[in-house]
Amino acid sequence: MFYRTAGQFKTSYIADQALFPVKQDAFLLGIILALAWIVFPLTASEFTFQTLLIPILIYALAAMGLNILTGFAGQLSLGTGAFMGVGAYACYKMVTLFPWMNPIIAILLSGVFSAGIGVAFGIPSLRIKGFYLAIATLAAQFFLVWLFEKWSWLYNYNASGAIQVPNLEMFGVFVSGPQAASVTEYYIVLFVVTLLTLLCINLTRGNLGRTWKATRDMDIAAELIGINLMKSKLTAFAVSSYVVGVAGALYVFMWKGAAEPNVFDIPLSFQVLFIAIIGGLGSIMGNYLGAILIVGLPVVLNVVAGTQVFQMSGLGAGMLVALAAAIAFLGWVARSGWTIGAVAGFVVLTLIYGYAQTQGVRIDSALIEHINVMIIGALIIFFLIIEPHGLNQLWRLIREKLIIWPFPH
Amino acid sequence: MLNDIFIAPFVDMVEAPDFLMQVLWEGLVSGILYALIALGFVLIFRSSRIFNFAQGIMVVFAALTLVGLFAMGIPAWISVGLTLGVMFVLAVAIERVVLRPLVGQPDIILFMATIGITLFLIGFGETIFGGENKVMITEELGIPTGDTVLEPFGGLLILQHLDITVVVVATLLVLALLAFLNYTQMGRAIRALGDDHQAALSVGISLQTIWVLVWFIAGIIALVTGIAWGARAGVSFALEVIAYKALPVLMLGGLESITGAIVGGLMIGILEKLFEIYWGQPLLGGNTETWFAFVLALIVLLFRPQGLFGERIIERV
Repeated sequence: MFYRTAGQFKTSYIADQALFPVKQDAFLLGIILALAWIVFPLTASEFTFQTLLIPILIYALAAMGLNILTGFAGQLSLGTGAFMGVGAYACYKMVTLFPWMNPIIAILLSGVFSAGIGVAFGIPSLRIKGFYLAIATLAAQFFLVWLFEKWSWLYNYNASGAIQVPNLEMFGVFVSGPQAASVTEYYIVLFVVTLLTLLCINLTRGNLGRTWKATRDMDIAAELIGINLMKSKLTAFAVSSYVVGVAGALYVFMWKGAAEPNVFDIPLSFQVLFIAIIGGLGSIMGNYLGAILIVGLPVVLNVVAGTQVFQMSGLGAGMLVALAAAIAFLGWVARSGWTIGAVAGFVVLTLIYGYAQTQGVRIDSALIEHINVMIIGALIIFFLIIEPHGLNQLWRLIREKLIIWPFPH
Repeated sequence: MLNDIFIAPFVDMVEAPDFLMQVLWEGLVSGILYALIALGFVLIFRSSRIFNFAQGIMVVFAALTLVGLFAMGIPAWISVGLTLGVMFVLAVAIERVVLRPLVGQPDIILFMATIGITLFLIGFGETIFGGENKVMITEELGIPTGDTVLEPFGGLLILQHLDITVVVVATLLVLALLAFLNYTQMGRAIRALGDDHQAALSVGISLQTIWVLVWFIAGIIALVTGIAWGARAGVSFALEVIAYKALPVLMLGGLESITGAIVGGLMIGILEKLFEIYWGQPLLGGNTETWFAFVLALIVLLFRPQGLFGERIIERV
């Protein structure tokens, strides 16, 4: 009932090729954009900006870059963190060498450098395939991080070996560095992310995107129908690394404020890969869903565990019930028996936790940190099992159900 | 510059053959451990096409369990037995909970699932055993700790007894594994599954049993590696990175090849040590061991995309 497309006729080619041909989609997107551009900035607290909004956008962008390479062009990469690093260091060098440069331009240009490096490390993909390529991209990962550490020109011969974001001004407003307001940073991140998302949607819909998908599905067959594999793979590496590099520049300049080489080490690559896979390979929207889950969940868990409000009642319990309900809903969509177990597990955990709280047991923050890691690991496996094609596929299933729901036919 | 790259290192090698031997020996010790971990990878990859990223954390987890059990007052050798039991339970659990529901999914999904296992085990291990460094119970297990000093060519060559033990035990383990794979029914079943899934299933080889078995073997290997590496560097979650070293070994040797894992491991262990000592430290500022193996493997792959011993890649449309 909610997603019925009956009656929405396309009467011109332009309407047929619209980015969001279904009215409900366009409407939903409008709401999301309004939320992101108007409601969140007006209502969010400093904490929300720094722990949720800004990182979710940045991680979603990085995952989108990776998704272009892995999800659309089928080349598995484990070097995302290092390419983010290239973007960050390039941006740092640019704003320190040319202080007059507009920060947004610098951020957008920094992607060009990582694109170049990405193409260089993408060349082996012409001969190496599958997991061999994945390990080959690890060569980029380890080599580049080593380079960030040893090549002191990159961090302007700092004694600390880290890059420190200077105060950057644009039209008289601080946009980056210690003095910048979170709202300003958020708007810049949002602007860049919106721009690049639009670019990626259009690229993947177009000619280039189709050659990527053909390469992904079977590269030999793609070659036989006249696709230039070298061009296809290398453009995928270039575009992907560009987006990832910009995400890296944003990561340091708009969020972290400073970065040591080991920030870009392999855990970052994996985090981005999780987001892309949990979100759904070969989708654009999935990256956002994945980022919300992977970035948002630890924050929620910490808040739940940290508040004393949580005493088997009130906010904490409400949040856990909401989580359990969400999982049950996902299970309904994916028709999985797993859900029952997961919900039961959640309830039991809640009971144990609540009991411990009433007995006055204080759970220290290190333990919560460890349990977080464990839960994320378990969730990854859980999501892979209920829906290997990611959250995006779940969203598709929900949409299909919503076409007739609540009616039986 | 050219002199520094092409001539000086070799002159150093010839002038101080004892030092060269020391470097080669250390390379050999780490090489055999790389080979061991790579073997665990290869067995799992051959039998299930799963690229098991959790191998590294299994090393840490096994070592932590051993140390943790010993700390609870259980005698050392019984702890080893119990740890093996834990690794077996882990293998069964992984097969039941993770692998069975994911049968037939694309490779990358299974790969991600092993990363999920990695995270889970990191969190689980830290929750139970704590995140701080621990000391491996070297003496209690009766592993010798002294060193022998040899004097070849009038120089010095220091052989840690620990390293000798590691080389001997690892070699024995590799040989035992090869014997198991070649001469027992179970071992042949593993190899059959690696060669052709469908055919193996159709002659009645149980996929589930074999999967539990290979994950258990990987667990045993993890325990041995964990003891060996833990005795040298202490038991901590940083140990996980040594499993990354097994990846270029796999690339170099070929993902399916058992011989490749062994030869590749030794090659990488020795070459990366040589490069670090004679080229890395004087010219590049050191610490090249983090990436040298990967770059070497990458260059080899450019010429042989299936690795040195991998199955020939035949592509059809």
